Amino acid sequence: MRSLGALYVIAILLLLAAPLVVVTGVSLNGGQSLNFPPQDMSLRWYGALFQQPDWLGPLRNSVLIAALASLLAVAVALPLALHVWARGGWLGRALYTLGVAPFMLPPVITALGFLVFWISLGMYGQFSATVVSHAVFLVTLPVVTISLGLQAIDPALIEAARVMGAPRAKVLRTVVLPLIVPYMISGYAFAFVLSLNEYIIAYMVAGFTVETLPIKIFNSLRYGYTPIMGVVSVLFVAIAVAVFGLIGRYGNLPRLLGAERVRE
Amino acid sequence: MSAGVGRTTPGWLGAIPAVWLAVLFLIPFAIMLSVSVAQRVPGGFFEPGFELASYARLFTAFFGRILLTSVLIAGGAALICVALAFPFTVILAGMRRRAQTLVLVMLLAVLSLSEVIIGFSLSTLLSRTAGVGNLFAALGLTETSQAYTPGLFALMAGLCYLGFPYAVLVLYPPVSRLDPELGEAARSMGASPLRGFLTVTVPVLRAPILGALILVFVFTLGAYLLPQLLGRPRHWTLSVHITDQAIFQSNLPLAAAMAVVLLLVALAMVGLALLLGRQREAGA
Amino acid sequence: MTELTLRGLTKRFGSLTAVEDVTLEIPNGRFVCLLGPSGCGKTTLLRLIAGLEEPSAGQVLVGGQDQTRVPTHKRDFGMVFQSLALFPHLTVAENVAYPLAIRGVDRASRRKRATELLDLVRLPDVGDRRIHQLSGGQRQRVAIARGLAIDPKVFLLDEPLSALDANLREHMQVELRQLQERLGVTTVVVTHDQKEALTMADVLIVMDKGRVQQMGAPMDLYRDPANAFVAGFIGSTNLIPCRLAGRAVELAGTRIELAEGDRVKCADGDAVLSVRPEDVRFAEAGLLARVTFIRDLGESVQFTLDLDGREVSALFAPRERPGVGLGDSVHLAFEPGQRVVLAP
Repeated sequence: MRSLGALYVIAILLLLAAPLVVVTGVSLNGGQSLNFPPQDMSLRWYGALFQQPDWLGPLRNSVLIAALASLLAVAVALPLALHVWARGGWLGRALYTLGVAPFMLPPVITALGFLVFWISLGMYGQFSATVVSHAVFLVTLPVVTISLGLQAIDPALIEAARVMGAPRAKVLRTVVLPLIVPYMISGYAFAFVLSLNEYIIAYMVAGFTVETLPIKIFNSLRYGYTPIMGVVSVLFVAIAVAVFGLIGRYGNLPRLLGAERVRE
Repeated sequence: MSAGVGRTTPGWLGAIPAVWLAVLFLIPFAIMLSVSVAQRVPGGFFEPGFELASYARLFTAFFGRILLTSVLIAGGAALICVALAFPFTVILAGMRRRAQTLVLVMLLAVLSLSEVIIGFSLSTLLSRTAGVGNLFAALGLTETSQAYTPGLFALMAGLCYLGFPYAVLVLYPPVSRLDPELGEAARSMGASPLRGFLTVTVPVLRAPILGALILVFVFTLGAYLLPQLLGRPRHWTLSVHITDQAIFQSNLPLAAAMAVVLLLVALAMVGLALLLGRQREAGA
Repeated sequence: MTELTLRGLTKRFGSLTAVEDVTLEIPNGRFVCLLGPSGCGKTTLLRLIAGLEEPSAGQVLVGGQDQTRVPTHKRDFGMVFQSLALFPHLTVAENVAYPLAIRGVDRASRRKRATELLDLVRLPDVGDRRIHQLSGGQRQRVAIARGLAIDPKVFLLDEPLSALDANLREHMQVELRQLQERLGVTTVVVTHDQKEALTMADVLIVMDKGRVQQMGAPMDLYRDPANAFVAGFIGSTNLIPCRLAGRAVELAGTRIELAEGDRVKCADGDAVLSVRPEDVRFAEAGLLARVTFIRDLGESVQFTLDLDGREVSALFAPRERPGVGLGDSVHLAFEPGQRVVLAP
């Protein structure tokens, strides 16, 4: 039965991997066409991503948006999670709901909301609009990870610091913040990866002026396939695996995702 | 002066996220609501006003068909996802930490993938030149390679690919909290592993399973690219039509009205899922 | 000089009164143990002293100064928590020097003081390690060193040794007591372990149901308990219902004259007689009881007896073991001068 279970898990994981294997193969084609198995194996399209201006621009946009939006998301999530943790109350509950809501609703709704919002402000199509929209949409991830980190703090640590003479602000700076740094990093990483992959909000807010990689791929799907699309997909999978792999290596991924006890 | 962590933070700290989210999350929704009753300006965006013309258009057979299609497709995908994900999660939660971490990394990587990339990958996998068509032809199952996309099969495959990791991660916390001794007790009383699974594990976790079904339903309901990339126009869901109306038909009021309907459906469903979760905690 | 004074200290949580009207004075340099069963309010009392809980009524004075409204971080106390509460993100030396860093002491002095303190608790050479690299006993010492870092006015410890195994616990009790004697710091320890309290305390405060039942030197409480609860909680005792009339009690149909040294703590009428097991003797005549169980404990032999439907236990040194067996009938006598008559 154990081995049957393991077999089931492996079969599903193989199914999940299949499209990625094909895409990896496609990205290795030497020619312009998308064949699998690849023909004239070559890495030329990997170089092309970083040389062709019409792909380099979206690459730069995507990375910049992800980096800034995640930073903003963490900057908002940190006071939010701290307030919920330390004070609770109706404001705490309302804030937490507001913090996790963007992620629970179909993204199209949020995207449309941002679209009309930025039109009203006259900022439709601007780079900063995409950054802020992503920051609001992805705030859920650092909110959840930082809250987990705060819940893991033994309240006696706070009390100990108080008895030893630390006023409120110093408790926060010398005890609470150092202890939740790993959770802030995880939250940033989660938000970064998802921002990189996000399509609909980026598209609705500034799709025609600020092209990101997902938008560029989608456009290529309509106006001519190229193996570079495979390259970008491989790159994105690699980044995601690297980021989550690092969190798994140096953090406690099962706990971060809500498990309470795990066999070593 | 009070005990524990209370008042470790200054009181004004909560104001930062409160103002930020109120301005950037709640106000957009309010504007969307007002746009849904605004007057459409052909070729432009919209004129402020109050008319229910956009909502009136929702009470047509056309929109009814879109809604039905959306619910059927998302519901079907949610059922398949949870049916596959539940045993998967139970097995996963019983693994050692290292193995669990590995599987979780893979699930997170797939979950974070853009719909664009999932759509592109699956359309390649199911295509004539680079996909399973080749494999089947090579194995002699079919005469010549053929494409399996676009179509309902491709679309469902895509939605399941999208929804499966999500379903696992939604089920993961309650499943991992389940006392493993429950299953062992069932086996000590003579139940086979499968019987123990069906008579103990599934009933105990009925509420989380139902909750996961709803959340995955809402999640797949939000898919906006896969129906375009892998399905035919008659498979387009509400999300696709919202995008279509907003961007290509330039009918923001109608798009907003549809979004409001979708929002209400999603809120009701998520609320129901949360309620189920609360009952579970109260019962535990 | 009185270091710590509590006046009418009361703490209510909703309808529950955790600490009720506690008034006491602790002289400078004493080692005080707050002893009581779980839920008796001893930890709440300690937290009230530390300022971690706000009292519903009453005052806390330190050196004659009212500290009731002074926030915890300005009280200059040291405290060791039950979970130790060592900071996992700091090294051992950084943990010990934390109170100094908070007070703006420069790095070199901090380092010097941390080394001193770690030497004091006999933990040299671990200053640069992380907390998770230490054993349970070592962590205990680090927590103690940290609590003493600023020469606190009052040193508070909440069940500090409960996480250690029995051998190490007994060892640490002795060490903690010796350390406190050397430093002369006024110390309050919460514990539910009466042996631990008897080992360490100059002053024992027994609590039950939020109230102080008795306060005094350990052996005074042992010999002269104020009530049946204290008699039963400090050491073990037989509490036998009886009737008091003047200087005599009547129990199980037998009248027993009290001797000089026997203490009476209640008025005539229904009472209980407290007799320690080691003060129960087998005699030629007197109360008739039956042996129901014999427990050989190596260092002693314990007889369980049935006295008129009530269980009485008697303790003998192995060499003085009486020659009676299970089911035998014996006559009991209670050592004169060691008996206490208490309110029921």
